[in-house]
Amino acid sequence: MEELVNGLSKIGNAVAAVAIVLAILLIVFFLASRAKGRAQGPIAGLVFLGPAVLLLIYGLVVPAFRTTAGSLQDASGKNFVGLANYGWIFTAPGNSTFLINTVLWIIIAPVLSTALGLTLALLLDRMKRESISKSLIFMPMAISFVGAGIIWGLVYEYRDPSQPQVGLLSQITMWLGVDDPPNWLLWQPFNNFLLMIIMIWIQVGFAMVVLSAAIKAIPADVIEASELDGATGWKQFIKVTIPMIRGTLVVVLTTIMIAVLKIFDIVRTMTNGNFGTQVVANEMYAQSFVAFDVGRGSALAVVLFIGVTPIIIYNVIQLRKERSVR
Amino acid sequence: MSVEAHEIIPLPSNLPEETIPEAARRRLSSPWASFVVIVITVLWTIPTLGLLVTSIRPKEQAQNSGWWTFFTDPTATLSNYSEVLTGGSVIPGGITPYFFNSIAIAIPATVFALVIACMAAYALAWIPFKGSTIIFFAIFALQVVPLQMALLPLLQMFNKGWSLGPIPIFPDLNKAGSAQSLFAGTYIPLWIAHTMFALPIAIFLLHNFIGQLPRELMEAARVDGASHFLIFRKLILPLSIPAIASFAIFEFLWVWNDLLVALTFAGGTPDVAPVTAYLANIKGTYGAQLHLITAGAFIAIVIPLIVFFSLQRFFVRGLLAGSVKG
Repeated sequence: MEELVNGLSKIGNAVAAVAIVLAILLIVFFLASRAKGRAQGPIAGLVFLGPAVLLLIYGLVVPAFRTTAGSLQDASGKNFVGLANYGWIFTAPGNSTFLINTVLWIIIAPVLSTALGLTLALLLDRMKRESISKSLIFMPMAISFVGAGIIWGLVYEYRDPSQPQVGLLSQITMWLGVDDPPNWLLWQPFNNFLLMIIMIWIQVGFAMVVLSAAIKAIPADVIEASELDGATGWKQFIKVTIPMIRGTLVVVLTTIMIAVLKIFDIVRTMTNGNFGTQVVANEMYAQSFVAFDVGRGSALAVVLFIGVTPIIIYNVIQLRKERSVR
Repeated sequence: MSVEAHEIIPLPSNLPEETIPEAARRRLSSPWASFVVIVITVLWTIPTLGLLVTSIRPKEQAQNSGWWTFFTDPTATLSNYSEVLTGGSVIPGGITPYFFNSIAIAIPATVFALVIACMAAYALAWIPFKGSTIIFFAIFALQVVPLQMALLPLLQMFNKGWSLGPIPIFPDLNKAGSAQSLFAGTYIPLWIAHTMFALPIAIFLLHNFIGQLPRELMEAARVDGASHFLIFRKLILPLSIPAIASFAIFEFLWVWNDLLVALTFAGGTPDVAPVTAYLANIKGTYGAQLHLITAGAFIAIVIPLIVFFSLQRFFVRGLLAGSVKG
């Protein structure tokens, strides 16, 4: 009961904070709208854009520079060490594990998610009642990585084969005639793929929904014309459907890639990076907040940054093309 | 959530609901496609079903037999839930305070991000000034900064303040002689951090929507002498409800399911930490107590699932807002 009262007062405080911020904004709006003449435009621009720009500078731009500077310093953040932290990342024994794993993650998980999402989108296009399936496949998007980790923990749980099984995967392999299933999460290097399956489970719904909309947006006359030309089934898919949704496919793929590059929660909750499953994002967290080596943690963050950069540059180029068409 | 910020994709709005004629669709629909989709749907749903079933089984059964045996030996109990909610003999602290924390973190973070992003999107779309295109692209490109890169500097800013040489750019919030920041033990750093990290994608998506509102409407209002502030409140906000709603759902899910920002700025205390931090913690410490962990996980995902299923239509529309080149 006490907890309930306590909790409600927390929510009350949160709502009050929202009300206060909105009230301040309204007052600023009121004052700024009294400006007359030529000052009107600039003042409005400042009021509307100012808060966002300020937050972005404090929250993303300056931290990015500070992290880059921090990556050139030692663990305490007091002495300049040049590129030593980067040297450590790429040469220290054992670090190849998280580098290789991260590369595997950003290739395998996005490609499989997109491929499966595309398959589902095509199949759904041929179904009459699609909405229930769509909702259920899309549902994992609403579940946290931590929750997903617990859900999949029940799938990968290991018990001695002589005992009754608790993990679904072990039980299924035993039903299929394997007497001695491996301890899945310790089963190197395949445990990496088992973790990727969780990410794929989450992302397929996203790929499916977006690609399904793209397929439905292909004009009917294009499909009909291709059919008159004798293109059906596989041929139609390769020659007509794929080229028509190419742009969307690329967007889906790159979006999942960015998400995967920063992946942290799944590895942290499932194996905490042990048993050969470490990735850059979780190593960064471990270095910064467990080992308190700010220099190495920052250098790892910069590596992530450099990894995402080409993807974002590509997206900006695409976006500029689209906007110039409009 | 499993949903990362950039997962909403820029696609153009007003996509046709159904381009392929109904007759063609019926001709294409095949029982084979339906079968494959149903198989995948079942596969996608089973892990979550396992979580739900395990969470209602008594301790002995949950720990020593697979959840699928529930269907031959159905013993159900709600005591796992009551124990996890209030804390019990196994796990001393219950999930309840964390649950309220999650609500108190997610609601303001969502509102702040939306309001500030809407204002910025309006300024970039409808207040003409030099450099607005450059600012727009710069904001979009800020997605390149991984959260991981911004966390440490931001934490330092909240704890020690920032100064550029002698010029203070963020106040040192420590009271003289105290090692604790004024922000410590409050939700404020979490609200600010989540708002900052959501802005690039939020501004981008809302700009796509707001920028497509009819030009004549804005011009007519300007001619009538309406200020930008009046236009924003009376025209832009009401007309943008669909885009705002979809992004609100998205941002709410994102904040609710976040673990990284929470661990960094809130630690694991019941004062401010959200359910994800609690879950990650009990999974690490009481990993064998499957009946309790699954109950906790279900409590944590029930709110996102309700939000997701009840508002799914908006959510999907948000994913597609401005997308799918027809």
